[in-house]
Amino acid sequence: MEVTISTAELLTTDGIPLKQSLRKAERRNKLRAFLLVFPLLLFIVVTFVMPIGDMLLRSVDDSQINSVFPNTFDEYKNWDKGADELPPEEVYKSLFFELANGDKRQIGKALTRMNYAKSGWKSLIKKTTREIKKIIKKGEEPISYKETFIKINKLWGDPTYWYSFNQMVNDRSSIYYWNALDRTFDEDGEVVLQDEKRRMYVKTWLRTFKVSIYVTIFCLILGFPVAHLLANLPLRYSNLLMIFVLLPFWTSLLVRTTAWIVMLQQNGVINGILVWLGVITDDGRIQMVYNEAGTLIAMTQILLPFMILPLYSVMRVIPKSHMRAAQNLGAKPAMAFWRVYLPQTIPGISAGGLLVFVLAIGYFITPELVGGKDGKLIGSWIAYHLKTTLNWGLCAALGGILLGIMLIFYWLYNKIVGIDNIKLG
Amino acid sequence: MNDTSQSFVKFEKIDKSYDGEVLVVKNLNLDIAKGEFVTMLGPSGSGKTTTLMMLAGFETPTNGEIFLDTKPISKIPPYEREIGMVFQNYALFPHMTVAENLSFPLEVRKISKAEAKDKVQKALDMVELGNFGTRFPAQLSGGQQQRVALARALVFEPRLVLMDEPLGALDKNLREQMQYEIKHIHDRIGITVVYVTHDQSEALTMSNRIAVFNDGVVQQLSTPDILYEKPENSFVAKFIGENNTLNGVVKEINGNTCTVDLDNGFGTVKALKVNVDGAGDKTQLSIRPERVTIDSTNPDANNFQGKIEELIYLGDHIRARLDVCGNNEFIVKVPNEGSFSHKEGDILNLSWNPDDVRALDI
Repeated sequence: MEVTISTAELLTTDGIPLKQSLRKAERRNKLRAFLLVFPLLLFIVVTFVMPIGDMLLRSVDDSQINSVFPNTFDEYKNWDKGADELPPEEVYKSLFFELANGDKRQIGKALTRMNYAKSGWKSLIKKTTREIKKIIKKGEEPISYKETFIKINKLWGDPTYWYSFNQMVNDRSSIYYWNALDRTFDEDGEVVLQDEKRRMYVKTWLRTFKVSIYVTIFCLILGFPVAHLLANLPLRYSNLLMIFVLLPFWTSLLVRTTAWIVMLQQNGVINGILVWLGVITDDGRIQMVYNEAGTLIAMTQILLPFMILPLYSVMRVIPKSHMRAAQNLGAKPAMAFWRVYLPQTIPGISAGGLLVFVLAIGYFITPELVGGKDGKLIGSWIAYHLKTTLNWGLCAALGGILLGIMLIFYWLYNKIVGIDNIKLG
Repeated sequence: MNDTSQSFVKFEKIDKSYDGEVLVVKNLNLDIAKGEFVTMLGPSGSGKTTTLMMLAGFETPTNGEIFLDTKPISKIPPYEREIGMVFQNYALFPHMTVAENLSFPLEVRKISKAEAKDKVQKALDMVELGNFGTRFPAQLSGGQQQRVALARALVFEPRLVLMDEPLGALDKNLREQMQYEIKHIHDRIGITVVYVTHDQSEALTMSNRIAVFNDGVVQQLSTPDILYEKPENSFVAKFIGENNTLNGVVKEINGNTCTVDLDNGFGTVKALKVNVDGAGDKTQLSIRPERVTIDSTNPDANNFQGKIEELIYLGDHIRARLDVCGNNEFIVKVPNEGSFSHKEGDILNLSWNPDDVRALDI
């Protein structure tokens, strides 16, 4: 059956079209609502969306060096690596003039970039530039630029230096991401493993995952009974317990972390007590800090409230009558817990688990302070490159991978539990 | 029915205290016969729910013993008592479908899947929700959830079913409909039911017998008609149905009847002696509103006058609030026969039979 819709427009009593009248009436409210959220929107754009966008762009950006050596890179792309051992004469010639005439500061920046690709570039080019400037001052024009370069420094005849150009010749490059996974480009631009002594990120990524998973599991094991008590004790006691949970939460992270050092170090409180009790000898003091164990212990304690609070908020609304009903129906207490109580806490378990895990993989201060050499997580590398090597492209790539992992977990969570079920308090 | 050999559930000298200072149930003795529908009725805090929880096994009696089918059950954990229960908020498991909720008690009893499925379907059919097995409790209306809870309490064929204010969350119409439905199911399968409510009309509608609780003590245990017509104390008289009271002092007792001088010299009333011991006792007289007649005088009856304070038209009858012997909350129900022409402020002649006045405690 065909449905005929009346084409006549609905009018208000005053004869204005109804839709238009409604829009007019709503406009003020919409405008007001927008103005109310505008400061927040601005704040989020400036402090959140823009920095993250900038970071993601940086992680694939290689335009600076391309603006310093445009001709050299263009010529470089013509080099047939199968046929010739070294790049053609034009490459040397372009580099000669770009080094001679380039802006000193820009070249300096580019050299830093080149050093990420292969260490040694910086000193080689600096030395070479000095010689080139001398040659120009004398007014000589080299017969062969290639020979001149090699005469200045024999490293210019080493193709491995030239191969590293492969990582830099494009404005947009995935090299930082490959670096963050211990990969690099070979002379043909193929992805290969880094030298053995430069492989450290994969190891750290794996440790980051391992520590995060362990911390999440420990938090769940420790937090579940606490949350259950919080939700079921009489108000008087549960309030007190809540203070015990929240007090550390409100204490400075740095204070708690250093407190753990005091507790766990070899001359610390725990070792002292164990020696005093005779459990261990004075020579057998246990190394509990400045290693992975220290990171695990301190991070579990610090992230515990993020597990307890979502669990608590879920458990609080599970009626006590459910456990009673299950027992009344014939289930023993353990069975009633397993079949009736536990399934209802899954939104809390997954919300707490997600929260703890996501916080743990990006954790920095605590592993940095108590982790020693073996307990450092990926956050430490980000800080190292940010402050020490100034390799922001690699920082951004490491951060980008972290962000990607979080988004994957968020997506998985939404798929499995549903984000509407998240309960944070 | 008070014979121990016949009683299916027996509370014997039960005391219950939570804090060691206050008794919430005092010396409870109660016998329930097999197949009976017994309601524990009382205001909140009267101990009726505590009594039910002791029977279900979630609370332990502080003193005394509960017998089920002549066996003491205090030491038996709730999951071995084989007692079904409908909770106040249904306590349906939200993460299981209706069918899973129902098969839960069968599963823990290790009943085979096929048999369980059959029983679940029968139970759902019984509450007329045969096609709702795959739904989740949140997808059902309050009344449907209530039925599921009922079906779940019955599906494993318990020896006894307890219901703790199961209709409290439903609206009035649905509540009444469910009352009949539960009553019919009880009639059909003949299971013993112990029902807790604070709603007297619910209790009157459904029960074989009602135990009226107040302050941890059973005030009266009887059939609905006797409770209404022959309350044994003033609490029961006030709690069940509407009730007019007049206070006075017993003047004289003659066998089953007595005469009472009303306070403040309003006159003398002839009444049934129910809960007074002798002359000089203070007493509260109880008269049901529908037992008072107007505009008639009868020399054998009690004849008084009352001033109309308020008239409320209720269709089938007119509810008149009068000032009678100093009580200005005296209610009379006048059947609407079209002849009532009095106005507020008029003085009415009232009379009531001595058999309809009960001299109770105060």
